[in-house]
Amino acid sequence: MANPQELKYTEEHEWLKVDGDSAVVGITAYAAEKLGDVVYVELPKVGAAVVAGTVVGEIESTKSVGELYAPATGTVLEVNDAVVSNPELVNDDPFGGGWLIKISITDLPALLNADEYTALTGE
Amino acid sequence: MSNAFAQRHIGTDSVAQATMLAHLGYDSIEHLIEAAIPESIHVDRFRAPGTTLLPAPATEREALAELRELASLNTVRRSLIGQGYYDTITPAVIKRNVFENPSWYTAYTPYQPEISQGRLEAIINFQTMVTDLTGLATANGSMLDESTAVVEAMMLARRSSKSSSNVFVVDADTFAQSKSLLAGRVHAMGIELVEVDFAAAATAAGAEGVEIPECFGLLVQYPGASGRIFDPTAVIASAKEMGAIAIVAADLLALTLITSPGELGADVAVGTSQRFGVPMGFGGPHAGYLAVRAGLERSMPGRLVGVSVDANGEPAYRLTLQAREQHIRRDKATSNICTAQVLLAVMAGMYAVYHGPQGLKDIAQEVHSKATALDALLRAGGSELAHEQFFDTLEVRVAGRASVIFDIAKDAGFLLNVVDDDTLRISLDETTTRGEVEAVARFFGETDEYLNAPDALPTALVRTSTYLTHEVFNSYHSETAMMRYLKRLADYDYALDRGMIPLGSCTMKLNAASEMEAVSWPEYAGLHPFAPAGDAAGYLELIAQLEKWLVDVTGYDTVSLQPNAGSQGELAGLLAIRGFHHANGHAQRTVCLIPSSAHGTNAASAVLAGMTVVVVACDEAGNVDLGDLRAKIGAAGEHLAALMITYPSTHGVYEHEVLEITNLVHTAGGQVYVDGANFNALTGFARYGDFGGDVSHLNLHKTFCIPHGGGGPGVGPVAAKAHLAPFLPGHFAMQSSDHVLVLDGVVSTIEHGGYQISAAPYGSPSILPISWAYIRMMGEDGIRAATASAVLAANYMARRLGEYYPVLYTGDSGLVAHECILDVRPLTDATGITVDDVAKRLVDFGFHAPTMSFPVPGTLMIEPTESEDLIEIERFIEAMITIKAEADAVAAGFWPADDNPLVNAPHTAATIAGEWEHPYSRETAVYPFAPGLDAVARTTRIRSKYWPPVRRVDNAFGDRNLVCSCPPPEAFES
Repeated sequence: MANPQELKYTEEHEWLKVDGDSAVVGITAYAAEKLGDVVYVELPKVGAAVVAGTVVGEIESTKSVGELYAPATGTVLEVNDAVVSNPELVNDDPFGGGWLIKISITDLPALLNADEYTALTGE
Repeated sequence: MSNAFAQRHIGTDSVAQATMLAHLGYDSIEHLIEAAIPESIHVDRFRAPGTTLLPAPATEREALAELRELASLNTVRRSLIGQGYYDTITPAVIKRNVFENPSWYTAYTPYQPEISQGRLEAIINFQTMVTDLTGLATANGSMLDESTAVVEAMMLARRSSKSSSNVFVVDADTFAQSKSLLAGRVHAMGIELVEVDFAAAATAAGAEGVEIPECFGLLVQYPGASGRIFDPTAVIASAKEMGAIAIVAADLLALTLITSPGELGADVAVGTSQRFGVPMGFGGPHAGYLAVRAGLERSMPGRLVGVSVDANGEPAYRLTLQAREQHIRRDKATSNICTAQVLLAVMAGMYAVYHGPQGLKDIAQEVHSKATALDALLRAGGSELAHEQFFDTLEVRVAGRASVIFDIAKDAGFLLNVVDDDTLRISLDETTTRGEVEAVARFFGETDEYLNAPDALPTALVRTSTYLTHEVFNSYHSETAMMRYLKRLADYDYALDRGMIPLGSCTMKLNAASEMEAVSWPEYAGLHPFAPAGDAAGYLELIAQLEKWLVDVTGYDTVSLQPNAGSQGELAGLLAIRGFHHANGHAQRTVCLIPSSAHGTNAASAVLAGMTVVVVACDEAGNVDLGDLRAKIGAAGEHLAALMITYPSTHGVYEHEVLEITNLVHTAGGQVYVDGANFNALTGFARYGDFGGDVSHLNLHKTFCIPHGGGGPGVGPVAAKAHLAPFLPGHFAMQSSDHVLVLDGVVSTIEHGGYQISAAPYGSPSILPISWAYIRMMGEDGIRAATASAVLAANYMARRLGEYYPVLYTGDSGLVAHECILDVRPLTDATGITVDDVAKRLVDFGFHAPTMSFPVPGTLMIEPTESEDLIEIERFIEAMITIKAEADAVAAGFWPADDNPLVNAPHTAATIAGEWEHPYSRETAVYPFAPGLDAVARTTRIRSKYWPPVRRVDNAFGDRNLVCSCPPPEAFES
């Protein structure tokens, strides 16, 4: 699946859709495929303060456990309850319905663009 | 070699071995071994010329005679000691059809669900029994024992509690072995243990409610160690108020009569299922249990069986939530425990199936009525009883006469529990008779005759909820029905009695019938773990001999047999290293180096021993990268605690640099832990103690023939150099503090003074006669022949299959050790056929798949062991070659990628009935034999075909829709 041009990416295989001082965060199609069938997602609580680069959640598949890193420093505004009850959304629609959290951003580190991320995964 | 037993244990005879050696280009097995095992570590370089490692081998008959002799030194009295261990009646139908049946005891952990539906159903019966009786939502497939379950529950509480406290509160009336295990384990985890007498506090506080210290979790024993039934409702409520997790250690039999922990508000329940038909066995093995309320499932340690669906959408069982475990999460795992006590859990679950809810309640009521009668007799005779409310255990105050009464009882053939000079406890069980009640009462003075007395259960705690209502607990109460149910489940499964289980790193070798004999003898099965030393003289002698032999073959100085699983041995070894560093004033040494190729349990154990894991890279050949090791040792500096390496490596290769590796660590002040998972590739030829190991664990259930039991029991002895002996597992109730010490060939004894690691002083002693018998019958030459034959078989397999699937790692001379890793990734790239497809297709050929994707994803690790003969090895090779040809046919477009014999595997009998719409024949589906197979062999294979009961099981469905108890019968309507 092509990495959408309008999104930003991290080396931890997460994407951000930045909108002003907030961003929606998910994992990339590449990450979802590598994880395999996602069976459980643990997300931070709304209102939680998060620090860029720290672990704030977990994405568990039948064969592995991936960690969700905060891609920026800020506060959790929303979590995707749909993905908690239907974890397969992460596999089915990683850049859309499989989004994980929405955070306010107080500090945004340097991110990759779609081409840079595509180069990183070599696909 | 003229050893008849060794010739029976080893599958390949000299003719077969000559054929295999010729294929490999060696003229003798000795030359093969010389080329495979580095000369620098050979045992002959380290031992005095002419010395032998083990006594000369005994024949099967002689070994059994020696075991009889040792058994006769044990004295089995009627144990009324209790404290979690009770005499019980193993229904003969369960003993004969489960415990002594290789279809159950030679099976492996059910990683391949399609060939494991029988034991998966048996385990889910156990889980349902535990959830019903405890009143909680989910139970796992068993724990190693009650006390380790208590520790695991404490760890679960710490992960799940909302409290930031580091305090864990334990009730004073808890079994001593659990308190002692907790006390030993908390140090390394930074937890503070606080003991509170809840019952006394409740009495003092009255209506005010009990004050509980700020804590993240607390434990109540229910009924208590003293026998008292204390109502923990208020304590549990207070715990929950402060965000702490409330754990209740409960007696399953008592729970048929008293309110369940779940109904009292508990978050977690733990305990043992021993008294459900599993003999005491001087301490084990038995199945502990752990159950949790809804919401805590994903924090549970251990194996969990769940319901999923197969490719037809029909219900099928599988192990669920495996991603929590050590082999995936490593140092972030929920626990280091890899395995369970499946065989014993199966027995306990079947005890409940056989007796049913009413039968269990009747047993419990009968035990209770004996206890109330004894209570009444003692009171009538003027004895002072400590408690008014109890289930099966009485505490009697005897004012300085405890030892006198104990001796009177002992002379009459009974063992009482001496608490102190003034206090005795008496626990009754399902074997107790009226006559025994009268006899016991007389030890305390003049008494009346047996009289029924009213129940002594607290009115508020009389159980009113139902349990075991599922059909399975209400259908098999006649022996005929039970025998057939056990046979049906056994027939679903693939165990060593059907064919080879070539699981790399698991060592599925023969578990010889003569090795199993002594396990069910009453002299070994009937002893309580806290029986007086004099009653266990035979056991203590057997243990000392086994300690000595394990010292002989490992090159260490002393051995502890207490750890009841490999993971526990590992933890015990690391705690010994920790204790050593602390004693030397080097508490800062906490860095544990672990190669990237290591089994995940290493990392999980290191964390539990209070260490920080630093990963050392491996080179392309799979060996420890010496450059990276030097760098990591340098970076750790004075914080270096230990290196954990596996030898031969998890990649199945003998590393040449092992001496240099161990030297580097020692020079930097670290200790070397050698993981003995692969010791069977060295036994008799090289010893960890010789090439730099300070401590190791062994897996008696791999190298030394204890059967895997479908996922337990196991024994994981920890062997160490003398300087670590003071820190090896001790136990307050150990019958003898003398453990074998061998220094410079001189045998003496030494005390093991470290923290307890298992509930019982010697862990799981009743299965030690198995390993004892194996070593006794093999002798040094036999053990060497076994090692050499295993290495030969693995190399033959690697050479034959290497043409079709690349062998991922080899050592010098292009040889592997006792197992080989076949790389399936090139096949997947070329054909789309995955390692899963290959594994499941092997089922159609009548094989258990090799180890999948460990230690490298997309690979198969094959370990034929020494016990398989050449015919079976060739049958497997033929299957793998045929599968390669099938994959090539898919790649060539002969079959579609989404409809071919591989992606549809395994094929059940039901799949080939009715309409057939696949592009390959029914015969290809279920009788996939090589074209050239001769007619006789073909007929035999068709007649003896293994039919898997279900099609491929959907992993994701089961993990997403968690159901871990028996599904309703309607689920099976199709």
